[in-house]
Amino acid sequence: MDALVNKRISKVLKGDHQAFAEIVELYQHQLFHICYRMLGNRHEAEDIAQEAFTRAYVNLHTFDQQRKFSTWLYRIATNLCIDRIRKKKPDYHLDAEVRGTEGLTMYSSIANDDQLPEEELMRMEVQERVQYEISRLPDKYRAAIVLKYIEELPLAEISEILDLPLGTVKTRIHRGREALRKQLSNL
Amino acid sequence: MTTCPEKIIRFMDDYLDGDLDPKDEAVLKGYLESCSDCRKIYHELTKTIALVQSASHIKAPGDFVQKTMQRLPKERKRGSAKRWFRQHPFIAAAALFVLMMSAALFTSFNEDQQFAFTKQPNLQVEGETVVVPEGMVVNGDLTIRNGDLRVEGELNGDVTIVNGQFMASSGVITGEIEEIDQIFEWLWYQIKEISKDAAAIFTADPADK
Repeated sequence: MDALVNKRISKVLKGDHQAFAEIVELYQHQLFHICYRMLGNRHEAEDIAQEAFTRAYVNLHTFDQQRKFSTWLYRIATNLCIDRIRKKKPDYHLDAEVRGTEGLTMYSSIANDDQLPEEELMRMEVQERVQYEISRLPDKYRAAIVLKYIEELPLAEISEILDLPLGTVKTRIHRGREALRKQLSNL
Repeated sequence: MTTCPEKIIRFMDDYLDGDLDPKDEAVLKGYLESCSDCRKIYHELTKTIALVQSASHIKAPGDFVQKTMQRLPKERKRGSAKRWFRQHPFIAAAALFVLMMSAALFTSFNEDQQFAFTKQPNLQVEGETVVVPEGMVVNGDLTIRNGDLRVEGELNGDVTIVNGQFMASSGVITGEIEEIDQIFEWLWYQIKEISKDAAAIFTADPADK
C-alpha cells in the first residue's frame, strides 16, 4: 500500500495531475468518515475533507516518503476539523434536515453544549444518538475517540496524528470514554 | 462511582486499552466480582465502546474525487518551473550565470552610445569625425567609439573603431586597423581582449623577475 502510494506521490511531484486523483480515490472514504464523525455534518465534512486533500496536494513536496501517508493526511484533516469546531462558524445549511430524522434540522443540533430535551433524545435512533453524543465531546477528546474507536488506529499512530505524547492520548481517550459512558448511560 | 478506588478505575482504563499486565488483570477481575458499582461502570464502558464502534461507515459522495480535483489550485506551470529548478540546481546556476554575463556585456555595449575617442595631441574633431590633419603626426594608439576616423596626416599606432567607419584617407597609418560595429563582434572583441590581457599577465610575469 505504502509503496503504491509513494509511487503516485512521485508521479504527482513530477507534474502528473491525474495521479493525485488516484490518491484521493484511495483515501476519500476514510477521510470523509473521520471528518463526518468529528463534525457531525455531511456538508461540512465534505468541505473539510476536500480542503484537507487540497492542502496535502499543495504541500506534497514537504511529505517525507519514509513515513505513512495516511498518518500525514489524517493529521491535516483532524487539525482542520478542530479549527472548524473552534470557530463554530455556522456556514452550513441550518435548514438541512439531519439524516434519518424527521423534523430535526441543524438548528436543533448547532449548539453542541446545550443538551437536547429528553423526549427528543428518546426519539433518536441509536446511531444518531451516538453521533450526537460524540459531537458533544470537547474537540480534543473527540479527535482521540474518533481515531481510536471509529478508525480503530493504534495508539502510537494516533499520537503521531495528533502530535501528542502517548500518555496524553491515553488520558484523552479515557476521559472521552468516561464522558460518553455518562452521556449514553440512559440508552 | 466515588466509592470505587482510583486504582481500579485506572486498571479498567488500561485493560480497555489492552495494556494491563496479567497480574493486575486478575486483581481487577477479582474486584469486579465483589463491587457492583465497579461492575456497572465496566459494563457501561464496554457498551459505550461497542456503540461507538457500531457506527456505520459512511462513504464519501459519488462526485467527491471530481469535486476535489476541481478545487485544487491551478498554478501547475509555476510549480513545475520551481520543481525543475529544484531538481537541476547546477543547470539553473549555469543558466543564471550566462544570463547575467551577457546582460553585463550588453549593458556595457549600450552604455557607450556616446561619441568618445582617445585623447591625443594634434587631433581635430569635425562633428563626430576624428581627423588627423594634413602635415600632423599622431603618436600612439587610437580608439574611437560611435564616431568616424579620417587620416590626412600620419598616425603611428593601432586604430580601433567601434560603431564607426574608417573613411578613405590619404594619410599614413603604421599599425592595425580594426572596425567593430555589431554586437557579436563587440562581444568577440571583449572576449579577445580579456584573453589577451590574461595571456599578457602570464607572459609578463617571468619577465618581471
